[in-house]
Amino acid sequence: MTEPLLQIKGLSVDFRTDDGVVHAVTDVSLAVQPGEIVAIVGESGSGKTVTAMSVLRLLPKAAEVSADAIAFRGTDLRTLSAARLRAIRGGPVGMIFQDPMTALNPVMTIGGQVAEAVLLHQRRPDRKAAWRRAVELLGLVGVPDPAERVKQYPHEFSGGMRQRAMIAMAIANDPDLIIADEPTTALDVTIQAQVLALLRKAQAETGAATILITHDLGVVAELADRVVVMYAGRVVESAGVRELFAVPRHPYTKGLLASLPRMDLDVDQLDPIPGNPPNMAAPPAGCPFHPRCPLARDRCRTELPPLLEIGVGRSSACHFHDELAVTA
Amino acid sequence: MGAFLVRRLSINVLVFFLITIAVFALVHKTPGDPIAMQIPADQLNSGSADFIAQKRAELGLDRSLVVQYWHWLTNALHGDLGYSLLNGRPVTELLGERIGPTIELMGVGLLISLLIAFPLGILAARRRNSWLDYGATVVSLGSVSIPVFFVALIVIYVFTLKFQWFPSSGISDPTNPGLLDSLHHLVLPALILGFGNSGPFMRYVRSSMITELDADYVRTANAKGASPRRVVLRHAFRNSLIPVLTVIATNLPQLLAGAVVIEQVFAWPGMGQLAVSSVNQHDYSVIVGFALLIAIIVLLSNLLADVLYTVVDPRVRLR
Repeated sequence: MTEPLLQIKGLSVDFRTDDGVVHAVTDVSLAVQPGEIVAIVGESGSGKTVTAMSVLRLLPKAAEVSADAIAFRGTDLRTLSAARLRAIRGGPVGMIFQDPMTALNPVMTIGGQVAEAVLLHQRRPDRKAAWRRAVELLGLVGVPDPAERVKQYPHEFSGGMRQRAMIAMAIANDPDLIIADEPTTALDVTIQAQVLALLRKAQAETGAATILITHDLGVVAELADRVVVMYAGRVVESAGVRELFAVPRHPYTKGLLASLPRMDLDVDQLDPIPGNPPNMAAPPAGCPFHPRCPLARDRCRTELPPLLEIGVGRSSACHFHDELAVTA
Repeated sequence: MGAFLVRRLSINVLVFFLITIAVFALVHKTPGDPIAMQIPADQLNSGSADFIAQKRAELGLDRSLVVQYWHWLTNALHGDLGYSLLNGRPVTELLGERIGPTIELMGVGLLISLLIAFPLGILAARRRNSWLDYGATVVSLGSVSIPVFFVALIVIYVFTLKFQWFPSSGISDPTNPGLLDSLHHLVLPALILGFGNSGPFMRYVRSSMITELDADYVRTANAKGASPRRVVLRHAFRNSLIPVLTVIATNLPQLLAGAVVIEQVFAWPGMGQLAVSSVNQHDYSVIVGFALLIAIIVLLSNLLADVLYTVVDPRVRLR
């Protein structure tokens, strides 16, 4: 296997709050190969966004980040100087955020914001060239009449069009890695499909590896090569997308899949996971999923299951993953 | 925009009328009499009452308030605000020669307060809860809670009496006029006025900036590789201006009030000085004229703030 494009090892992120220390992310390791699309899946608060934000050190100051390694193309991002980190942000690593309503500056034209992404990474800053590139990029992501619409402000764009502009900014400098944080969550379902198609096109054209953060398994099935499932700040399962959908080897993943509506089977009712995600300031002892797990027994209440390799490119953090392999 | 201005101006005209009525009534209902005020107390005798009554009749002060108001209003609409009861000079002329120095003092004072408030507020927001933030808080609290006349006395003691760096009285030196001399005279009063008004501005800049720095679009700018300086100046600053503009516009009367006090202390020949002396002397027409001018300044500055919104915030369209 070649050297991974992005390597995260042993990442933990804590937030100090009035209610005590919240372990938002605990001991997460992740590798992304060039050109690969990795989905990070989990409920709100599972730590998937925090994991992604820590790559480019975009977390608020209150976050305490520790990691054995965060390396992009072999460069250690943990200790990189602020100036050299800025060269990576928006350059070889592009980011797409969840809510295009608030993620764009309301008092700056769309063109100004896309051109800024170009301008910040030009060797010799050239405003006119950056503006022409902005028009070109907006056309590329499917904004109609880009030469006119560059002059408009975000409030004159629809949600889907704004997300297209976000994608244009992310791919402005031909990135090797795109980090997309819930790129379709804030959009109408009909627009979601368009934006997904655009993401796939952008990924295919730039050849960029992509980290796709989502809670939508439909999106995962559509785009991802590999899936990392997170629960309560930890990775609980990791597998290729086909293997994971075929035979989930963690009861949480299984629950996620069971709660998905199916078109191909005649199911009377959906099967949701009972209960709620744990309070991260006071997580349960043992396996964090045991209060909601149908397989839970005494061992789960006391002993935290480690994330173990259970096959080629496949790992699970369940004491009883073997049983799932049989029952599926 | 044009339609907006026409509508706003016509609303302002209405407000303006109400203000003239209120001021006119209040001034004329205050106890005391402008004629009696001019006669020294030890010379008042039994004959004075007749003399005062006669003078009042000559000046039309014996007629009903409604008649007096109507008279004043019809003249005012022709640009005639009446005459000073004290020295007989036209009110427009009196105000005209006083408005320049006051605008100068207010303008420079406002500029200074913004020059203090913006850098300090932005720095305090960027380094929340640092010694710099606390220092800025102390300075702004000081500026709000120490009365300007007190600051003025200390400043005069230090910079005029001790060091003799700056003059403490008047707007210029007649023996040595010129731009430098005018600036020299302006330094102390403008600095004190500016400092006194910087406190609230700074607090608003700080809190508005903190809100904007936490916004999603700031994270987007960071993710694009923008420098902290660029994030603050190109992205957060313009957004933070939107609420701060309101505060500045609504604080202009406050600034004017401060100027009135400072004009007294520094013998600055502005409207404030004129207003205080005419109130003391019950010089009705001057007081009303003064109140009118202030109303115009306040109404216009609010209108200006509304127009500035459209410049700063593309989402605002005036209709």
